[in-house]
Formats: sequence, C-alpha cells, structure tokens
Amino acid sequence: MSLWEYANPVKFLRLSERVQPWLWWGAGICLVVGLVWGFFFTPDDFRQGSTVKIIYLHVPSALMAINAWFMMLVASLIWIVRRHHVSALAARAAAPVGIVMTLIALFTGAIWGQPMWGTWWAWDPRLTSFLILFLFYLGYVALWEAIEDPDTAADLTSILCLVGTVFAVLSRYAVLFWNQGLHQGASLSLDKEENVADVFYFPLLVCIGGFVLLFLALVLYRTGTEIRVRRTRALMARETRGAPLQAEEA
Amino acid sequence: MRALFFRDLALALRAGGGFGLGLAFFLIVVVLVPFSVGPQSALLTQIAPGVLWLGALLACLLSLDRLLAVDWEDGALDLLATSPLPLEGIVAVKAAAHWVTTGLPLVLAAPVLGVLLNLAPSGYGVLVFSLALGTPALSMIGAFGAALTVGIKRGGLLLSLLVLPLYVPTLIFGAEAARRAAEGLDPVTPLLLLAGITLAVLAAMPFAAGAVLRVNLR
Repeated sequence: MSLWEYANPVKFLRLSERVQPWLWWGAGICLVVGLVWGFFFTPDDFRQGSTVKIIYLHVPSALMAINAWFMMLVASLIWIVRRHHVSALAARAAAPVGIVMTLIALFTGAIWGQPMWGTWWAWDPRLTSFLILFLFYLGYVALWEAIEDPDTAADLTSILCLVGTVFAVLSRYAVLFWNQGLHQGASLSLDKEENVADVFYFPLLVCIGGFVLLFLALVLYRTGTEIRVRRTRALMARETRGAPLQAEEA
Repeated sequence: MRALFFRDLALALRAGGGFGLGLAFFLIVVVLVPFSVGPQSALLTQIAPGVLWLGALLACLLSLDRLLAVDWEDGALDLLATSPLPLEGIVAVKAAAHWVTTGLPLVLAAPVLGVLLNLAPSGYGVLVFSLALGTPALSMIGAFGAALTVGIKRGGLLLSLLVLPLYVPTLIFGAEAARRAAEGLDPVTPLLLLAGITLAVLAAMPFAAGAVLRVNLR
C-alpha cells in the first residue's frame, strides 16, 4: 500500500469519489458556520468598523491562491519525475481554481481598501505580487490550452511551472525592493505571539478550513472530469480508427 | 558553436527586416510617449528611465518569435538537434546571437533616445550600463519562451503572455538603477541585483530552454 497506487486513474477515481462527498459537505458546513459566525456574531473592529469582516473571505482566498500554485508545483514535479498522468491532470485542474482564488483575494482587497486606505488599488508590494501571480496563472492556463498533444502540453507546462515559481518568488522580493508597503503584516502565523484578536481568530480558522476543503473538492472533481475527458477522447479515437475496418468487413 | 553563432548573425543581418526592426520599434515607442503624456520636459525627465527600459524590453520581445520559429519551420532545428552540440548550447548560442542583433543596438541607441526624453545628465551612463547588464537576461528568458511556444501556430501573443511576467524582476532592478542614477542617488544596489539575475539566468535558463526544446522536437 503506497501513495503511488493512486497514480492508477481507476483507483484514483474510486478513492476520489469516496472522499468527495465528505469534502463537499465539510467545505459547505465550514464555510456556512465560519461566515455566519464571522459576519454576524463577531463585534465590529474599533477602528475599521464592520469592514474588518471581509477578512473571512480575503485571507483564506489569498492563502489558497498561493497554496494552489504550490500544489501545481508539486504535481508538476511528480509528473516530471514519475510521469503519472493523474498528477499532470491535477495540476491542470488546480490552475483555474487558483485563478479564481487570486481574483477573490484581489477584489475583496479592493473593496476593503476603498474605505480603509481611500483607494481601490495601490502599488503595494503584496498587491503587486498578487497581480503578478495572477499573470503567471494566466500564462500557465493559456499554454495548456494552446497545445494539442496532451503529453507535450503536460511536459511544457510543468517546466513552465518550475521556472515560473522561481520567477514568482524573485518578483515577490524584487517588488519589495521597488516600493514601500501599505498592506498590513501577516494576519496569521505560527511563530508570532500577536495574531488577530481571538474573537476574529477562530471564525477565521473555520473559514480557512472551509476554503481548503473546497479547494480539495474542486480539484478532485475537476481532475476526475479531465480523466474522463481523456478516456472519452481515447475511445473516440479508437472508434474512428476502427470504422474503416468495419466498413471493409461489411 | 561559433559557426552557428555567425550563421545566426549573418542570417539576421542579410534577411532584412529582422535586424534594425527592433531598433525602429524602440524609436517609435519613445516618440509616442510624449504624444500620449504631453511634452512637458519636467514630466518627461521624470519618466525617461522607465520609458526607455520599457521600450527596450518591448523591442526585445518583438523579435523573439522569430528566434527559433524560422529554424523550426525549415527543419534546421531538427538538424541542429542531431548535431553533437547539446540543445542547451544551441539555445544559448541563439540567445547570444539574438542579443547581439537586438539587445546591443538597443543599448547603443538608448542614450540618443534619452535626449529625446530629456533624460537627466547623470542618468546616461548608468542607463546604458544597466541596459547592457539586463538585456542578455531578456534575450535568454525570451529564448526559453520561444522554445516553449515554437510548436504552436501563431504563438506570438502567447509568447508575450508567458515571457512578460518573467521579465518583471529584470525590469524592476534595471529601471530602478537608471531612475536612481537620474535622480542623483546611488544606483549600486539595484545594479548588483540586476547583475545577479542576469548571471543566474544565463547559468540556469539554457537548461530549462533545452529541456523544453527537447520535448517540442520529440
């Protein structure tokens, strides 16, 4: 029994179908509980008023936008090293989800920034690096779409993902050098004493859990779809190749 | 390797249209800037280093889709792949030829265009130096992008989408160095970082580009 057993699409699909209901329900419950708790049962912030509550969408989506890219990186590495098709398809499936998470983070940030900073957008290092991350996602997806042969596409996109990771990290620090920050520090971290106040902290954790589960569910669902699409295509290719033979027999 | 380098140079020089086109594009971009933002010389002085860097970057991008596509179409790339020279070396040599035909003229033309944009006198030296440091990285990263999209028909737009985000760090440090020098500040830190990026790109990128090209030639 090893993890690599699930490189077999059939086994992967069987497992993913067994796990998915749990993920969907878990994500739904976490999000409903976390958001309702966060929106209606936490006090307004002393200075920010009720706008502080956008944290329950902003922080989890920003977190998942970055984690989705890391997941794609790991999946790409597995594809390059071990050449499991499921892995390449999972990377492909995660990219659009990552794009949406990035957009949610950018838009909720803008909505919050308008009353708080007095501007929808500022060329702050964090905001800018998120925009750059968004561009990387776009390029990655566009490359997948542009290449017809699936194996070539998987190879090229995984190398792009590796190179892109290096440059995304580089851009992150280059941008820090380039402009001073307006964005506050990390809301959550493991090694810091001072986090968000406890009243906001626990619903936020629930929301983050909800986003993680939602992401996993979406990626598994989309990977399953990709596997089936590829299987259908293989079957259709076999049909068309088989057709002339049948005609001869008739 | 040397033969390939001179072959690429000769092709770029004789083919007409390839060589010098980037330069003309650079000129046009720089000329269009005052039309779009207004002719006030104080404003132009302020944005000149950034505009020159951006123009050079776009001019560099413009010629990338021909970097490998021509040899791909007529099959020369397949022949090169069967030669004893590794693909990594071929890509690096082609990037070097691209830099000599595109990057170097841009570097040399930049001070002249700086006059058009009323660049501050203290900025010229560092602008040229930062462009000379940064454009090899642009060519090499571009060669990676060209290798990624070589098999795609009409991949030009996709190429820009893939390559431009990769240009971000180079642009930031290059333009920052030129801006600091133009404002009379010390440009050494961004120049060092820019040199670091260029060296790292030159050392590592040929391998990525070679791997990509090998996939595409399969």
